[in-house]
Amino acid sequence: MPTITYHHLDGSVDEIDVVPGTSVMRGAVAGGIAGIVGECGGQAICATCHVYVRPEYLAALPPLSEDEEEMLEETAAPRDPERSRLGCQLKTGPRLEKIVVDVPAEQ
Amino acid sequence: MSTARGIVIVGSGQGGVQLADSLRGEGYTGPIDLFGTEVHLPYQRPPLSKDFLGVPDETGQDATALPIRAEKFFVERDVTFHPGVGVETIDPAAATITAVDGQVLPYRDLVLATGARNRALRIPGAELAGVHSLRTLDDAAALRADLLTARRALVVGAGFIGLEFAASARAHGVEVTVLEMAPRMMGRVLSPEMSDHFHGQHTAAGVRTVFGEGITEILGEDGRVVAGVGSSGTRYPADLVVVGVGVLPNIEIAQQAGLAVGNGIVVDEYLRSSDPHVWALGDCCAYPDARTGALIRLESVQNAVDQAKILARTLTGTPTPYAATPWFWSHQGGNRLQIAGLIPTDARSVLRGDPASGSFSVFRFVGDDFAGAESVNNAADHLAARRILDRSLPLTPEQVADPTFDLKGHSRTSPVPAA
Ligand SMILES: Cc1cc2nc3c(=O)[nH]c(=O)nc-3n(C[C@H](O)[C@H](O)[C@H](O)COP(=O)(O)OP(=O)(O)OC[C@H]3O[C@@H](n4cnc5c(N)ncnc54)[C@H](O)[C@@H]3O)c2cc1C
Ligand code: FES
Repeated sequence: MPTITYHHLDGSVDEIDVVPGTSVMRGAVAGGIAGIVGECGGQAICATCHVYVRPEYLAALPPLSEDEEEMLEETAAPRDPERSRLGCQLKTGPRLEKIVVDVPAEQ
Repeated sequence: MSTARGIVIVGSGQGGVQLADSLRGEGYTGPIDLFGTEVHLPYQRPPLSKDFLGVPDETGQDATALPIRAEKFFVERDVTFHPGVGVETIDPAAATITAVDGQVLPYRDLVLATGARNRALRIPGAELAGVHSLRTLDDAAALRADLLTARRALVVGAGFIGLEFAASARAHGVEVTVLEMAPRMMGRVLSPEMSDHFHGQHTAAGVRTVFGEGITEILGEDGRVVAGVGSSGTRYPADLVVVGVGVLPNIEIAQQAGLAVGNGIVVDEYLRSSDPHVWALGDCCAYPDARTGALIRLESVQNAVDQAKILARTLTGTPTPYAATPWFWSHQGGNRLQIAGLIPTDARSVLRGDPASGSFSVFRFVGDDFAGAESVNNAADHLAARRILDRSLPLTPEQVADPTFDLKGHSRTSPVPAA
């Protein structure tokens, strides 16, 4: 079962097991993990699911789509050129068994 | 039961839940009671006509609802959630509500976030098995179950929900016919150019559309739908019918309480109803458009969420008028439509980009004033349009039509301060 780990600014950590196919956004919203909103339901148009992916997981991620690229310029917390992604676009599965993200200060 | 007078929210949908969250965010510490007629944990509606009806991904799992907030949110935020408990009456003079379970609760402020319901088709056969409308999670689950065995679907109404369903049904390999009384798709909201583009896209995906055609009767066998009959007399065989002919705001409790209602619960720019301690937001409310002052009612997540955020400020002592730029999206097959602004139907269209490329925008003007933009698969244009509207930046039809004009750069310039 894939796991998603969310690190918060206050040092607390949430680690959840999810069924394959669950996105980083959905896992957080359904799991009640603070700091990720998902206002558009995962359509890459609200930028309220912004996360910073830990460097060691970047290589396994799908490439940025043009839409995600645009949305990442609209995030409430500063964008990190390497690590910022939209949580709704990162789906766990055979290619992403494990992912660790930092939750930004605001969405 | 709490007896302290706090904030009572009627309706646990997108707006009601956001308000509860934002009230705590703004530092409100009094009681919050959230009533909802639905028994489910509050969930997001947009995916119900999109991902929820889609074909399973490679992992083959069943669709599940996407919560607005998880269960523990209500505990952590100290929000008393009353699932499955509708509010029946309001007594503004006594400042109390009465719920279906008989409880009477006093309020300091009451917020109506009751949303809207689907307009029903009053024609013979509308109650047959296999005839669906789509508003709630229960609706979507029932529709999804039928979709898995359907062969031919008939969609009544070429609006957002009907067309989102049509695209999902095609992905399941179901034959789809859409009946639309008007001469074009999504004609109430979209430019002719964008309507035509979507017509082309749906046609290419195998959706058949009949314009100028309503529905007069639904025929059944053994209690199940077998066909619909169009206003032209044509018989459309179908084992599944989806009705998407618009919604009506849930205003009845406001009306019975003697509050001003029209096409929605009438509120001022602070979202205050005709009673000083009753407020309304989201799909159920008719509010003055910040630009024109005309009463408008919108059905969108943006509107419900942004109104909730603004109202939370007002209710915690910082009166804030609502003036957000409306935006909306719809996802139909591979086409993602995004609309920025409140666009009058007779606005003039200026094309930006090439429709044949599948990614372009229609910018719309009233006289020479920019009113908003419709974009398909073009988030950059959509976001630029939103920024331009947010900041009231000037924009001319000539600039839009010029492919070398740096729209994004322009949208990031600072507004000229008023003299
Ligand atoms: C299938 C579907 C797809 C959609 N897709 C999109 C989209 O792509 N983009 C977009 O922006 N918008 C979309 N929308 C619209 C969007 O979901 C709504 O605009 C939004 O949910 C409005 O929020 P609300 O809080 O006003 O109402 P709702 O979220 O509808 O919540 C109102 C709640 O109040 C409850 N209620 C009513 N009366 C009472 C009472 N007397 N007592 C207690 N509870 C009561 C209702 O049962 C309901 O649960 C879609 C809607 C549907 C149905
Ligand atoms: S949930 Fe809206 S952009 Fe990810």
